[in-house]
Amino acid sequence: MTEYFLCWILFCVGLYCVLTKRNLIKIIIGLGIMEYAVNLFFILLGYKKDGVFPILSKTLETKPEMMVDPLPQALILTSIVIGLATTCLLVSLAMHIYEKYGTYDVRELRKLKG
Amino acid sequence: MTKPEKGMTLIVKTITRYTVGLILLFGIYIVLHGHLTPGGGFAGGVIIALSFIHLMLAFGKETALKKMSEKMSGVLESLGAIMFGTIGVLGLILGGYLFLNFITKQNPNPSSFFKLFSSGIIPLCNIAICLKVGAGLFGIFIALVFFKLTERKDND
Amino acid sequence: MIQVQVLLIFMIIGAVIAVELKDLLGAIVAVGAVGLGLAAAFLFLQAPDLSIVQIVVEILALIILIRAVGLTEKSSVRKSNWVSPALALMFIAVLLVFAYKALLDIPGFGSPILKVSQRYLFQGLKETGAANLVSAIILDYRALDTLGEATILFTAVIGVLAVIRKIGRKK
Repeated sequence: MTEYFLCWILFCVGLYCVLTKRNLIKIIIGLGIMEYAVNLFFILLGYKKDGVFPILSKTLETKPEMMVDPLPQALILTSIVIGLATTCLLVSLAMHIYEKYGTYDVRELRKLKG
Repeated sequence: MTKPEKGMTLIVKTITRYTVGLILLFGIYIVLHGHLTPGGGFAGGVIIALSFIHLMLAFGKETALKKMSEKMSGVLESLGAIMFGTIGVLGLILGGYLFLNFITKQNPNPSSFFKLFSSGIIPLCNIAICLKVGAGLFGIFIALVFFKLTERKDND
Repeated sequence: MIQVQVLLIFMIIGAVIAVELKDLLGAIVAVGAVGLGLAAAFLFLQAPDLSIVQIVVEILALIILIRAVGLTEKSSVRKSNWVSPALALMFIAVLLVFAYKALLDIPGFGSPILKVSQRYLFQGLKETGAANLVSAIILDYRALDTLGEATILFTAVIGVLAVIRKIGRKK
């Protein structure tokens, strides 16, 4: 129970960063922290007490009854790579904004041009 | 006046010459053994992209682009995507549904467990995913490196 | 598990440092530390596949973020006012109270309800022939999800090229 609650506190640290910071790079960092917290929460849900990793092998003789849940691991594997793709796209948009306005501050972006 | 040195210092260049080949080989090993040990297509693809990025960071842009140009990375990524789609549609034609494991269903062979050439379409899919992820991430990195700041015009 | 709790406290401290530092490069290094702590947590939770992917993805994200910061001449942030942090903290406190009440209802840590995974664990080797059950799930039982993920990566590459290429054509 404490692990779940600590994971939620990590999510709230990232949420605070997205809500209150003014620099675009800090907002991207906050989004990254939120992604880490969500991925960790799924894997915490699938852990079995005294379990082993879900890989069969000839030499180790692991039984399927002792394994942890493999389904959340398969889903989160995809989610980590999607998080990387999202971060790359956000960084390219931030660089375009820097090229147009000269600053990363989001308060400056409200000026209308022309 | 001598030409300015491209890339990083001599120590970094010497170590890079030895480690780039090892990183590429390690990435290929993780991809090919994806159905036996942890890893698979995604991890191996990102490691292969990192080896090319390592080459570009240590030696400069021109040396890395001679080994894998922008056109080549676009072609490799599309090739990976087409291969993955073809394997799926072949499953639909030969069986009942998309991505049916047609190699394992036609000749189930219990003595071939834990071997390298086992488990049907899974190694082929791993290779397709590796090409796609590796070439795609290297293409993203090249695009972000070539971005040059133009002169900012005040009233455009 | 005591190891996972200690790693979580380390990650929370690293995240607070990353949020509050004024220097952007230092904040990026702190986020890197949080990601590597997460990779160690995945190892303790018996998920070696995810640990490998998390380390390499973290390194690539760090390289790209440092490229974004390298464009600016000065890498520090301006101060903001104090009204909106107070409002955000009140909202987050309400959220945490509701989250605590909801977390009491799910099964405790260490006893999952393995309803769907029973079939994957016991018959995965016979039906697919693969020893790594996570690979068997993402490439045989649920290969459509992997097709969707390949499409997302392709869209991200096209998006980055479309945003960056417009700049050279503006002249």
